Amino acid sequence: MKTVAEINEKIKKGKAVVVTAEQVIQIAKEKGYKRAAEEIDVVTTGTFGPMCSSGAFINTGHSNPPIKMQSVTLNDVPAYAGLAAVDLYIGATELSNTLGMEYGGGHVIEDFVAGKDIKLYAKSYGTDCYPRKEILTTINKNNVNQAYMYNPRNAYQNYPAAVNSTDKTIYTYMGTLLPRYGNINYSTAGELSPLLNDPYYRTIGIGTRIFLGGAIGYVSWQGTQHNPSQERGENGVPTSLAGTIAVTGNLKDMSTRYVKGATYYKYGASLFVGIGIPIPIIDEEMLMYTAVANKDIYTPVVDKSGNETYDIKYNYEQLRSGSVEFKGKKVLTAPLSSLTRAREIAATLKDWIQHSNFTLSEAVTPLPKEDKINKLEIREMK
Amino acid sequence: MTKAKIKIYFSKGNVGKPITYELVKKYDVMFNILHADINYGSEGNLITEISGEEKNVADALKYLDELDVKYKMYTKSIIRDEDACIDCGSCTSVCPSGALTMNDNDELQFDKEKCLVCELCIKACPIGIIKVEL
Repeated sequence: MKTVAEINEKIKKGKAVVVTAEQVIQIAKEKGYKRAAEEIDVVTTGTFGPMCSSGAFINTGHSNPPIKMQSVTLNDVPAYAGLAAVDLYIGATELSNTLGMEYGGGHVIEDFVAGKDIKLYAKSYGTDCYPRKEILTTINKNNVNQAYMYNPRNAYQNYPAAVNSTDKTIYTYMGTLLPRYGNINYSTAGELSPLLNDPYYRTIGIGTRIFLGGAIGYVSWQGTQHNPSQERGENGVPTSLAGTIAVTGNLKDMSTRYVKGATYYKYGASLFVGIGIPIPIIDEEMLMYTAVANKDIYTPVVDKSGNETYDIKYNYEQLRSGSVEFKGKKVLTAPLSSLTRAREIAATLKDWIQHSNFTLSEAVTPLPKEDKINKLEIREMK
Repeated sequence: MTKAKIKIYFSKGNVGKPITYELVKKYDVMFNILHADINYGSEGNLITEISGEEKNVADALKYLDELDVKYKMYTKSIIRDEDACIDCGSCTSVCPSGALTMNDNDELQFDKEKCLVCELCIKACPIGIIKVEL
């Protein structure tokens, strides 16, 4: 048994033993859970995938005379301004008024992180205290006030693989899906993925310090659609959509290597977000969870045309192999999230901790361990 | 030596003819079949790279014209910005010829030789770094 405080003491002295969630698998195999848990202090995880429920708050500063921004665009992409006068929220999937799907909120965020000038256009009705009715200018990360990423739902604990049963190619947020089960797409960092390494959220909770977009960030809340009551395997790993986290961090400190705008053809815009979470090895149980391997993580297959349902589940070792057998034929499989970049994030976080540049935080309060998902019913207006 | 990547269309009437054999025998060209979808008695197509002496390749194509066999030359090619690629892999499951695959290090690998220039990968790439080059 180790406390987070004890682990932090070792980190400060540069003596902490840190390994990635891939490396720990082999170590656990060689040494057993007990000995590995004694020797290892921290396991680092990582993921870099498209996460639509992402965005950023920006406070632009006040002009003279001032404006209470009512409708706003950033590089022609609408931002939400129903807040105080110059507070904005730019969401990753918002589309450009001029370029459509080609450029969206995710691209605005990437360009902002890159330090580029962003065209700001705002209109207002004008008030006694905010008389200006229109403004056209540029902003960038050096001339605004606060700019912080706030993503309501990231790092899904598990995600169903996608297939298409129809006779036509369909274009989805799970990528291009070819007709008649022509391919299967999936999205995960698997054994490297943060919440798959702490399936019951024993160490990851509200307030946990994390790697976010190349900078330091925090888990700010449970993510939307957080669904911890999902069915789980014997190893505790959920076998479909389960836990999620909301995260926040300083956008100005982030890097475009880990914050990247994306467009899924005929679906729209999104944002690739890089997240890494350190897991303190407080006991043998935690080590056992972090030693989870792709072959032990299962996910279902969902027909994105909505016509069929399947009983089949694949593990991530099968999906990673490039093809699986589905309905009696070999079907190519492709990931949507970048494993090389996830690996890089876990390695970077490991490096930060080893060099005493990052200490672990205990969760202020845990993520809910029970919760269910509600459906939106069509209800009569009363 | 020269190379030409072509798609030969076989009409119903042509499927029974030994066209590739004639090309090899008459013009001493080499065939590297990249993709074939031909069944006896129905239409089909063959994507192949023909290589040989420049004159022989040109004569072989002329021979196809004489037989009234339709074909399409691949004059375009797919290019990928390797430095900008994030290795997500989204393009790999739509690639019909195995030109785009993930290697053992989970990096995207592009084998230009196998590419059929079907352009499905262009739409599948979420960051727009795959393009067609004329």
